[in-house]
Amino acid sequence: MGARSIIGMLVGAIGLLAWFSTLERFRAFMPVLLHGAETTLRITAIASVLAFAFAIIAALARLYGLLPIRWLARVYIEMFRGTSLLVQLFWLYFVLPEFGMSLAPFTVAVLALSLNTGAYGAEVVRAAIEAVPSGQWEASTAVNMTRTQALRRIILPQALILMIPPWGNLFIELLKATALVSLITIPDLTFRALELNSITLKTIDIFTLVLLIYLTISLMLTIIMRGLEGAASRGLARGRVH
Amino acid sequence: MLWEWSYALEVLPPLLRAAAITVEATLLSFAIAASLGLALAVLRMLGPMFAWPLSIFIEFVRSTPLLIQMFFLYFVLPQFGVTLDGLTVGVLTIGVHYATFCAEVYRTGLENIPRGQWEAAVALNLGVFTTFKDVILPQAIPPVVPALGNYLIGIFKATPLLSVVAVLELMGTAKILGSESYRYVEPITLVGLFFLIMSLVSATAIRAVERMLNRRTVG
Amino acid sequence: MTPNAQPTAPCTPVSKPRDAADCAVTAMVEPMVRFQGVVKRFGAHTVIDGLDLAIARGEKLALIGPSGSGKTTVLRMLMTLERLDAGVIWVDGEPLTQVQRHGKTVPADSAHLRRVRGKIGMVFQQFNLFPHMTALKNCMEAPITVLGLSRREAEERAVDLLAMVGLADKKHHYPNQLSGGQQQRVAIARALAMRPKVMLFDEVTSALDPELVGEVLNVIRKLGAEHDLTMLMVTHQMGFAKEFADRIALFHGGKIEEDGPPATFFTNPRSERTRQFLRAVLEGT
Ligand SMILES: Nc1ncnc2c1ncn2[C@@H]1O[C@H](COP(=O)(O)OP(=O)(O)OP(=O)(O)O)[C@@H](O)[C@H]1O
Ligand SMILES: [Mg+2]
Repeated sequence: MGARSIIGMLVGAIGLLAWFSTLERFRAFMPVLLHGAETTLRITAIASVLAFAFAIIAALARLYGLLPIRWLARVYIEMFRGTSLLVQLFWLYFVLPEFGMSLAPFTVAVLALSLNTGAYGAEVVRAAIEAVPSGQWEASTAVNMTRTQALRRIILPQALILMIPPWGNLFIELLKATALVSLITIPDLTFRALELNSITLKTIDIFTLVLLIYLTISLMLTIIMRGLEGAASRGLARGRVH
Repeated sequence: MLWEWSYALEVLPPLLRAAAITVEATLLSFAIAASLGLALAVLRMLGPMFAWPLSIFIEFVRSTPLLIQMFFLYFVLPQFGVTLDGLTVGVLTIGVHYATFCAEVYRTGLENIPRGQWEAAVALNLGVFTTFKDVILPQAIPPVVPALGNYLIGIFKATPLLSVVAVLELMGTAKILGSESYRYVEPITLVGLFFLIMSLVSATAIRAVERMLNRRTVG
Repeated sequence: MTPNAQPTAPCTPVSKPRDAADCAVTAMVEPMVRFQGVVKRFGAHTVIDGLDLAIARGEKLALIGPSGSGKTTVLRMLMTLERLDAGVIWVDGEPLTQVQRHGKTVPADSAHLRRVRGKIGMVFQQFNLFPHMTALKNCMEAPITVLGLSRREAEERAVDLLAMVGLADKKHHYPNQLSGGQQQRVAIARALAMRPKVMLFDEVTSALDPELVGEVLNVIRKLGAEHDLTMLMVTHQMGFAKEFADRIALFHGGKIEEDGPPATFFTNPRSERTRQFLRAVLEGT
């Protein structure tokens, strides 16, 4: 969708939410759901940062690490891409304690989401690094940079710009995936919705609100990432990049 | 020892039975996703009257969690007098959810068809339906098969969600087995292994298909 | 056959000089760059086949030859962008990719490679400027990170060089705001900022629109006049080669087919192949 349609949809979603929250039949639900949305946002934010870190580390390890490290990175990537997020979540939640590692549900939630997204992200980072033309490596060698210097100063800055759009998709997937943490008792937006639903049985009302809230957050994320993408490519042309 | 082979062997048969349901749900969902996705992509090309509402629908479905969509249909459909079992609701939801992703895949395939092909079809006086069926789709679909294959794997990995609408697929079964015996290590780890193996095998298969398609277009 | 066909071992770590006086004499005439029996294969395809070539200090050598004859490969090996399969490349009296350790010749470590590579600069056909840096930053980056210059020193040097290539007013432009000719001139300044002793030019004007070729060639002319750089250039610009180079070498089948000063090379080539090549090229222009 074009940027303008996205903004249009966002305005529509926020408008609907604002209107609903003035109506009597929705009024009681709003505070509870917004409270849950706050948890959803917090988990999304922390897991996004961690996922990005995991992705960069895993991609660099996979591309440039010593052989055993390279293998370790591959195992991590294949394992978390190859299994289902829900299975990973439940494994950390139910199985890990049996190995004597009891983590708080919130930690488990953040860890599962970030490890999972980080594995997908590692492939994004790798693809972006490999998409930087080989001439950039050669020019770096010609001015006698080491591989590390070339990677840090020349290749990664260019790769970062290339990876903004796929990371936008990953962050949206991450946001959507946070709904699963309700299944391990984290009181996120989905958890609150299910709770309200079981008490009031006003399914249509509650879930309409919840869908609108998720839609709003998703669209805002999309707009932020599009903005970043635009700024980065304009930065290449005009302003400063770093 | 943390891992008990005897228990692992004990839970294997029920898990394998559940795996059959997982595979069945995957294939049914993919069938919906692939066909509905194609319908969405083609309808969107037929003019702004369709394009507008469909784009909003697609963006909406892509932007909200599958889990919520599943709960929503599971709880709401009965209020309209439609009572479906969990598997049907779940498969429908996954199918529709991934149809919106497949629609985008088909769209890139369709957009890569050179204008000349459309113009040639017009020049031959072919109808819209014939043009799509005999000229455009046979060219547009093969290149996107690998991308569709990736969504097949995506759907496969989404099926554990079915456990929340009371479908006894792999994950749900493993959880029940775990709660009965208070031992989660074996069932959940086995489920993870099953997913890993199936994903790796399918990814290899997709790569093979991709190579085959490349050879066909190059050679 | 070329005059360089029978190389004598230079005064270097690989072959110890017989005595100091001998060494002093050799050092005077020792070439800046010497290829000695260099072989390069890509798979089963031998691209460079026992190349012997010496380039004197301050000499400007133009490499010409048919497409695919291996000219680029020669420059890339010298820039350490390709490995050799056999032979030695000497730079300033030192082997580029080998060192002598405990009386044995072994592959050089990265410290040695970097030290020798520091004497060489290269300008690429496709410019390969860093797109995320301004012209000025392109020229400052390596002097700071590699040579350890301070930001001030690096900037002074970069500003001078950009002025030298006629781009003083474009220093804050990003590569995609510059024309091809301007980008290539920045690339030359970037290479010079490392103060190399040898400059390699690989068809630096062939990616340019015809009207931009002149400005880049002028910069190279100026370089030749003002510096005592050793230059090795691959070019299809016969006119420029004739006017600028001290020596022309025709490359064919992974070897030097014929070389000589421009005056005799163009007017009186010895080899039939050279004659054919020149006829074909000059007809095309
Ligand atoms: N990385 C590579 N892998 C395989 N073959 C290569 C590679 N690089 C070069 N070659 C081959 O080596 C031969 C020499 O290539 P090179 O680029 O040195 O030629 P050139 O003389 O510079 O030609 P041109 O005038 O077209 O630039 C060619 O046959 C080319 O196909
Ligand atoms: Mg070349």
